[in-house]
Amino acid sequence: MVRLLQIEFIKLWNNRASKILITSYFVLLTSIALIAAIKFDIGPVKFHLADQGIFNFPYIWHFNTFVTAIFKLFLAIVIVSMMANEYSNKTIKQNLIDGLSKKEFIASKFLTVISFSLVSTVFVFAVSMILGLIYSDYNELSIIFSDLEFVLAFFFKLVGFFSFCLFLGIFVKRSAFALGFLILWVILEQIIFGVLGWKFTTWEVAQSIKNFFPLESMQNLIKEPFTRLSAVQNIGQQIGENMDFDYQVYWYEFLVVIFWTVLFVYLSYALLKKRDL
Amino acid sequence: METILTVQNLTKKFGFLTAVNDLSFTIEKGNVYGILGPNGSGKSTTLGIILNVVNRTSGNFSWFDGNMSTHEALKKVGAIIERPNFYPYMTAIQNLKLVCKIKEVPESKIQEKLELVGLWDRKDSKFRTYSLGMKQRLAIASALLNDPEILILDEPTNGLDPQGIHQIRQIIKKIAGKGTTILLASHLLDEVEKVCSHVVILRKGQKLYSGPVDGMLASHGFFELRTTDLEKLHELLEKNASFGKITRENGTLTAFLKEEMQAEELNKFLYEKGIVLSHLVKRKESLEEQFLTLTKNN
Repeated sequence: MVRLLQIEFIKLWNNRASKILITSYFVLLTSIALIAAIKFDIGPVKFHLADQGIFNFPYIWHFNTFVTAIFKLFLAIVIVSMMANEYSNKTIKQNLIDGLSKKEFIASKFLTVISFSLVSTVFVFAVSMILGLIYSDYNELSIIFSDLEFVLAFFFKLVGFFSFCLFLGIFVKRSAFALGFLILWVILEQIIFGVLGWKFTTWEVAQSIKNFFPLESMQNLIKEPFTRLSAVQNIGQQIGENMDFDYQVYWYEFLVVIFWTVLFVYLSYALLKKRDL
Repeated sequence: METILTVQNLTKKFGFLTAVNDLSFTIEKGNVYGILGPNGSGKSTTLGIILNVVNRTSGNFSWFDGNMSTHEALKKVGAIIERPNFYPYMTAIQNLKLVCKIKEVPESKIQEKLELVGLWDRKDSKFRTYSLGMKQRLAIASALLNDPEILILDEPTNGLDPQGIHQIRQIIKKIAGKGTTILLASHLLDEVEKVCSHVVILRKGQKLYSGPVDGMLASHGFFELRTTDLEKLHELLEKNASFGKITRENGTLTAFLKEEMQAEELNKFLYEKGIVLSHLVKRKESLEEQFLTLTKNN
């Protein structure tokens, strides 16, 4: 396993573009701390974002995992191209001839995906913990360590998404087209949802079907945290809007994402096995 | 003798096209093999199958004693097919380190192999800055990293300039001299003739011949003769039962033997009949001539 990771590390780390993207990704992950610095001080209007409760435990787990997940696009580019470049450089052929089995090839890529997700998760956990300890109004241990399922959800969300990128890289073989396909897929899920709700079922049923789509299921794992903020809640109540949403992470939502992850990795392997290079 | 590769009834179909048709042959340790065939005869496909990058339609192949998975066996094989494929953004050293990781061999051999192919002073240049000849030599160095039991080369001199071709041939000869088994696929016959002891000849995916180079044609060779009175010589040889076809070209008479005959014997016979030769050569058909005869007859 270490050998497979080393192989992939050599390939990635010697590529300047990948190196820059990976570095900027982790810098951006850390940069979420900068939100704390957002401060308006215009005469009587004093606004300090960090004082609005976004860094309160346990809400911070929810907020940070949701916001930082946006940066995953950086790694998506790296993962799609690390797969597609093997095809365009034909190095996949050479790897197999040199004695890497097709299973090992996919395993080395998937292990990289797992490592990226794991490191990101640890990163987000650490940054949130530090921010929380500085700004949170509640510092009891039981509160700090509640709602940690968001961190777990973050990990599975990344693994699922990156596995999808991996599959697209193998399937499309060209990084630019694979990324195009990814965007197309996002739109496609929305269109299917729209058509279902409009013509075939009620919007509620369409919504629950949509939650089983690959990208939507990953998105749905961590729901938007903004309406949970007390400030936003207050405004909502003033304008008479019901803001009683469900923010929970449910076990079956994990199952759906794990199902897609397994499927994408298996499909990548099946595709590689079937193809003549 | 130790068998390195056994191929049995191998078939590969691409849709309607049969690229390799019921092919069987074996590779023994220590010999230098050539796979010959015109373009599109299934050479590369055959190599692709035994190297785990092309799926077979039917048939079997086994490496070494057959107790090993293909990818494990490939770690003891060195192979270059078609163009050299490396990571363009990595240097020669970085690329070879990666190959060492894949093949699970120590990195200590890198210097030795790069020196063998004459690339040691360019070891820190990125692969994409290499010329085609250098790329091809790096590929050879990479294939040799594990001191392979067998070296497989597919058209190693394709697209190279005369100097590059010469360099590659020198390297191949050096390797063959060390007793490494080599399997060389090529459509360049003189290339194969110079280094190979055994050949497998393919046409349209089918095997026409497999065995030692010398045994390809049941031929006794031919004489090239020159003298002042060609008419009389021609007449005389036609009456002799030992000769078959006789042709004349540019004042040279070529007489094909139907049975074994030594040059001295012929010289003596003709001298006794009053013909003095100015030119007498006994030759076997070149690989090219044999190859053309074989592929024409079938």
